[in-house]
Parts: sequence; structure tokens; C-alpha cells
Amino acid sequence: MKRRSKTLKAAEPEPGPRIRPAAPEDVRSVIALDEDVTGLAKPPYWQDLYERYGSTRREGRFFLVAEGEGRIEGFIIGEVRAWEFGSPPCGWIFAIQVRPKGRLKGTGTRLFEAMCDCFRRAGVEKVRTMLARDNALILSFFRSQGMMAGPFIELEMSLE
Amino acid sequence: MKLQKATYFALYAVLELAADPARQLSAVEIAEKYGISAHHLAKVLRVLGRAGIVDSTRGVGGGYRFAGNAKRLTLLDVIRLFEPLGNERSGGSEQHPNNAAGRALKLVLNEIDEHAAATFRSITISTMLKIMAQRLASEPAKETRRARDANGPRAKRLGPP
Repeated sequence: MKRRSKTLKAAEPEPGPRIRPAAPEDVRSVIALDEDVTGLAKPPYWQDLYERYGSTRREGRFFLVAEGEGRIEGFIIGEVRAWEFGSPPCGWIFAIQVRPKGRLKGTGTRLFEAMCDCFRRAGVEKVRTMLARDNALILSFFRSQGMMAGPFIELEMSLE
Repeated sequence: MKLQKATYFALYAVLELAADPARQLSAVEIAEKYGISAHHLAKVLRVLGRAGIVDSTRGVGGGYRFAGNAKRLTLLDVIRLFEPLGNERSGGSEQHPNNAAGRALKLVLNEIDEHAAATFRSITISTMLKIMAQRLASEPAKETRRARDANGPRAKRLGPP
């Protein structure tokens, strides 16, 4: 019995970075972190996201960063969406990233939990996300947080 | 979706052993818990041993221990040791006629297989153990609700069927 609870405790995040709303000076760090992970620099995209989700802190929109040892260790962005194809209001996470060398320390978990708290305070009871099915790393992360397949199916077609 | 018997046995054994990596269990002990053939399970455990997922100790008091990394080992890693999955199984052109109907059917079946593979690839043994713990924790509450519903005013009013 003791061993089992020890196993479960090991999955809990260690003490780590502070989670706070993004500030204008964080955008450069977010751009650099994203470029480090994806290999693509997208400054206008992140600046635009910050302006829409961070700076004005509109109701139901959240841009959070994890700050540790004087630098940005990760970030997460989400918003409350409602009535798309009949879906009642729910929280959507559409970006999460953790500095590669800072992973496996619970930063992603802290960001995810903080975003879930934002959604709860906004009055929603579900959190959703969508990502590439070959993105095993992030899929595994969300699975480890308890996320399962939801009731919607994503479809697409080529317009060429 | 249905997996082969050996695959189920392997998943049961891995989950049982990974729940407590320090614990050593014999094939018979695991087989008894799951009501499965110890002989068949022993064969499955040998495959898991060769893959480095379990360690075995021979002789009296011997048995198996989990030797993998539960945070890295996925359901797909285990399943693939025992059966092909996704395109590996259904993608062969010999299974579908090379005409419009055959190609269309293959496309749809591939879509299903790719989803299944992605699901198995995204779930680690560690995540499975969490799901198991959550279900275990929620079962007493569900049982209480079931008992309350069965004995509640609505059930009394309606009476037995």
C-alpha cells in the first residue's frame, strides 16, 4: 500500500517555476523558445497572439508563462469557446511549450493545471485541445494529465 | 477493437508488474489474478524479457519484475511485440482489390488504424496506472450511488419490474 502511494506521488510535479500571466517583455522569450523547439521563427504570430490573449486579458482568454531562474521556462495559451457545432462553453488549449532542457520537472503540468484553474474560474467544466496525431510527445503529455478522446472528430480536405 | 490473446496477457502482466517495480511475481501469481493460462503467460513473459521490459529470476522464489521506464514505455511498444498494428496489418495491397472500391475501403480502414496507433502510442504505462488508480478511487463512489439509486424513493415508487 505504501509503495503504491509512493509511485503516485512520484508523478506529482516537483517545486518549480512560478506561473503568471504573460507580460509584454515575455514575448521575445516565447518567440525564442518556440523557434528553439520548432526551428521556425514566427515573431508576428506570437506578437499577435500576445495582443489578442495576453495584453488586454480579455474575458475567457489566457496567456500564461512559467518563470524560473530569471527566464521563461514555458508557456500555455487557451480560451473559452462556445457553441461551435453545438458544443457548450469549454476551455480550449491551443499552444503549450516547455524549454527542452527544462522538461520532466513538472513545468508542463503546472502550466496545464494553472490553465485549468483559469477555465474553472471562467465557469467551464471541460477542457479540450487538438494536435497532430504524430505529435507523440505532446499527446502523451495531455494523456498523462488525464485527457481522453472527446466527442468531436476533426475533419479536413485539400482545396487544391 | 480486438487484440490478440497474447497481447492482452502482455498488457496485464506489464501493468501488474509496473504498478510496483520493486515487487517480484511469478507467472502463476499473475495468471491467477487475471484468470488466464499460466503456460501461455510464461511464453508472453519470455518475449517481454527479451525486449527488456521485464527481468526474470529463475529458481525457487524466482519471478518477474518490471524493468522498463513506465513514463516512456507506451501501449504501442508492448502491442507491437505481439502483433502488427495499423498499416502493418491492413495496408497490404493483397487484402484489397486494386480497383476504386478496394482503394476507397483501404483509405477508410487506414484512417481508423492510424487513429488506433496514435492512441496506443500516446498512452504510457505510467498514464495507464494513473487511469487505473482513478477508476479504482471512483468505483466505491459509483457503487454508493448505484446502491442509493436502487434503494431511493424513485425505485421504491416504481417497484420491481
